Amino acid sequence: MSYIRLLMIRPQDLLCPKPEGLYCPPGDFYIDPVRPVARAVITHGHADHARAGHGAVLATPQTLDIMGERYGLDFAQTVQAGAYGEKFARDDVEVTLVPAGHVLGSAQAVVRWKGLTMVVSGDYKRRRDPTCPAFEPIPCDVFISEATFGLPVFRHPDDREEIARLLRSVAQFPERSHLVGAYALGKAQRIIRLLREAGWDRPIHVHGALERLNALYERHGIDLGPLEPATTGKKPDFAGQIVIAPPSATQDRWSRRFPDPVTAFASGWMQVRARARQRGVELPLVISDHADWDELTATVDELRPGELWITHGREEALARWAELHGVPARAMALVGYEEEDDD
Amino acid sequence: MKAFAELLDRLSLTASRNAKLTLVRDYLRQTPDPDRGWALAALTGELSFDAAKPAFIRKAVEARMDPQLFAWSYDYVGDLAETVALVWPARPGANREPQLSEVVDALRGATRPEVQRLIEGWLDALQPTGRWALLKLMTGGLRVGLTARLAKRAVADMGAEPVPAVEIEELWHALHPPYEDLFAWLEGHGERPSSDNPGRFRPAMLAQALDEAVDFGKLDPADYSAEWKWDGIRVQAVNEGGVRRLYTRTGDDISKGFPDVVDALTAEGSIDGELLVMRDGRIASFGDLQQRLNRKSVDAKLLAKFPAGIRAYDLLAEGPEDTRPLPFAERRRRLEAFVAREQSDRIDLSPIQPFATWAELTALRANPPAGDPQVSEGLMLKRLDSIYEAGRPKGPWFKWKRDPLLIDAVLMYAQRGHGKRSSFYSDYTFGVWTEDDAGQRVLTPVGKAYFGFTDEELKQIDKFVRDNTLERFGPVRSVRAEPHHGLVFEVAFEGLQRSTRHKSGVAMRFPRINRLRWDKPPGEADALSTLERMLAAQ
Repeated sequence: MSYIRLLMIRPQDLLCPKPEGLYCPPGDFYIDPVRPVARAVITHGHADHARAGHGAVLATPQTLDIMGERYGLDFAQTVQAGAYGEKFARDDVEVTLVPAGHVLGSAQAVVRWKGLTMVVSGDYKRRRDPTCPAFEPIPCDVFISEATFGLPVFRHPDDREEIARLLRSVAQFPERSHLVGAYALGKAQRIIRLLREAGWDRPIHVHGALERLNALYERHGIDLGPLEPATTGKKPDFAGQIVIAPPSATQDRWSRRFPDPVTAFASGWMQVRARARQRGVELPLVISDHADWDELTATVDELRPGELWITHGREEALARWAELHGVPARAMALVGYEEEDDD
Repeated sequence: MKAFAELLDRLSLTASRNAKLTLVRDYLRQTPDPDRGWALAALTGELSFDAAKPAFIRKAVEARMDPQLFAWSYDYVGDLAETVALVWPARPGANREPQLSEVVDALRGATRPEVQRLIEGWLDALQPTGRWALLKLMTGGLRVGLTARLAKRAVADMGAEPVPAVEIEELWHALHPPYEDLFAWLEGHGERPSSDNPGRFRPAMLAQALDEAVDFGKLDPADYSAEWKWDGIRVQAVNEGGVRRLYTRTGDDISKGFPDVVDALTAEGSIDGELLVMRDGRIASFGDLQQRLNRKSVDAKLLAKFPAGIRAYDLLAEGPEDTRPLPFAERRRRLEAFVAREQSDRIDLSPIQPFATWAELTALRANPPAGDPQVSEGLMLKRLDSIYEAGRPKGPWFKWKRDPLLIDAVLMYAQRGHGKRSSFYSDYTFGVWTEDDAGQRVLTPVGKAYFGFTDEELKQIDKFVRDNTLERFGPVRSVRAEPHHGLVFEVAFEGLQRSTRHKSGVAMRFPRINRLRWDKPPGEADALSTLERMLAAQ
């Protein structure tokens, strides 16, 4: 804070909220804009952060690959691939992408200008994820954090324990199939990897909507093991099997092909029982690609930034926690970023 | 504790009866004594603790964290036990999860301050699901969607050779947690525990709802006996070997709340009947009976003001003899003699209603004669040759309830629901038209209902509430209700009572939403005078 005052540079001169998204006037670019803009830095490939139609895009090679897979190769006029740690100049603003630990290719955007460092976390988590490198804490003057799970009720358990519960249920109900709803990018592949690590080496059946992203993960060196389409085979063939599908498909008529399915859903929201009940989820798996309350607060505590800005999610609780712990905080309430998996 | 917590967690989200049976059965098979016995006692409602109240839990959590953050969390989750389980700021150091039996022993034995200290330590050591299960266990009422009946059914299935579920029901009241003798028998390494426990409960026989359109075509009126379905609660009074008890139909012992009734049964035996408040042989309203229910103790004044008795309709044991294998007609004959010998003003007979044809019975139900039948809930049909069989067998007994009363009322307020409805406005206060002091036509609330509609209709009403909100009061919203704009419910209910607690002066019994009248302008909904007329006609 004192450093910022000394320089007489205000953080909002470097990054400020605009309807299109977080804008950097001296570098003339947006971070994760929700509308088409001339220059964009994209933190990761989820659709609410990575949209098609921008002029120039800077993102990690994996994120560019994901955008190309989702929107076609002409999703932007020009693209620039930024490896983790590589420095880029946008006028006299320096931009570096560093791992955020959210999904394959996810990055925090580190923005430096005239001695001021601001870090945009994008979406992030602090736990091990077999499909992407771990979050890297960067000392900064302003930390701009997400707060999707910014309430003390969100305390994600160990994901291995959640997978163990799933496998116990598969053993307990051998006549039923287990239908796991998981977001198509990141969550689905993480679940598959976790199942492999837990020793499940049988084929996993996947919904068609996951196939291209699974193949993309495989191209990037994530071994998913034997996968089979969930569409072939007769009803009894799926007894005792694990099927992975986008969350919306688990409630859809599509799911009628499986024998008396146990509906599971892998999401941080599954921490709250009412959420599970509302969606008719019988086996909630609390597995999230976002930081939970403990991770959010531990990150703020570790970085001790001069200021904490909160982009989206449950801003008021995290802001209050930060204020109580001596970190000035500000809720930005950026619009256009959806709650995880709320499709 | 972990296995028990996982069981509760899964039960609470599982709708399928078979899946619930599998979950409980597997738990009982895989969990050692005495933990499984305590779990079974918790699931069947046999455990209750009064050492820890929700208020203490709330205080304990607020001492450890910012009350504002806790308040936001509670708002979001909506359930105290669940919120505390999730937010609990554990102090490091506690690393050994308690066993279920350890928790139960401590809760049964320790003093309140000791228990509070123990609970905090357990909460520190447990994971969120374990904490949630612990809090549910402590504060009573697991509410995981499993009836005691279903739990006993799972017990019957747990051995290599399943036993009939009624065997467990029959034994149940002679058993005590943690049921090591029961499990030993079911697993084939112990004797069958004795059910010979004087004053025990005998599992009740229940009736199916009659479907007039289908059933009358198939049934012969000559095979059945009819009597009124009384509007009290079903009980079993027993006097055996000097032990006198009064049970609800699910086997809860309510003797302490009804010493007058317990004393009335002087001969040895067990009778099945309806518990009612009776004055000079006439039935008082259900509201009067409610004054006596759910009390741990009663005083002389209450006993005098609301005298209770039993209207008997079956005889389960007479002296040492089990009469349940006898046909209904024979049991009835012996019941009549038994009640006559008792000569008590606390025990009378539910009279048989003679009829020859279904048409005759239909007419009787539509026009009950003056006196007690007017306040009955409808009719009961019992096959004359039916033995007394625990459970709800198909065919021998039917209940044929009266048609409900109906009115059209206007939605005035909506409140957020709980549990799986916590994102929906699902509890509705509705009103009817009356005139205020200035002679203006206004709505006055007459009741509240939160069921009777489908999930699809709930979504529609929820949207209507959100689109037509006038004001918000916490979880409650007032809704536009004008003669030409608003939502009309057809409300079904079982009867009306005078009430001083309700501004309108009337209270409904068992109100529910019968139909949504999107087609009806609120101005054409019913008036309070209609309810007054219904009340006068009762």
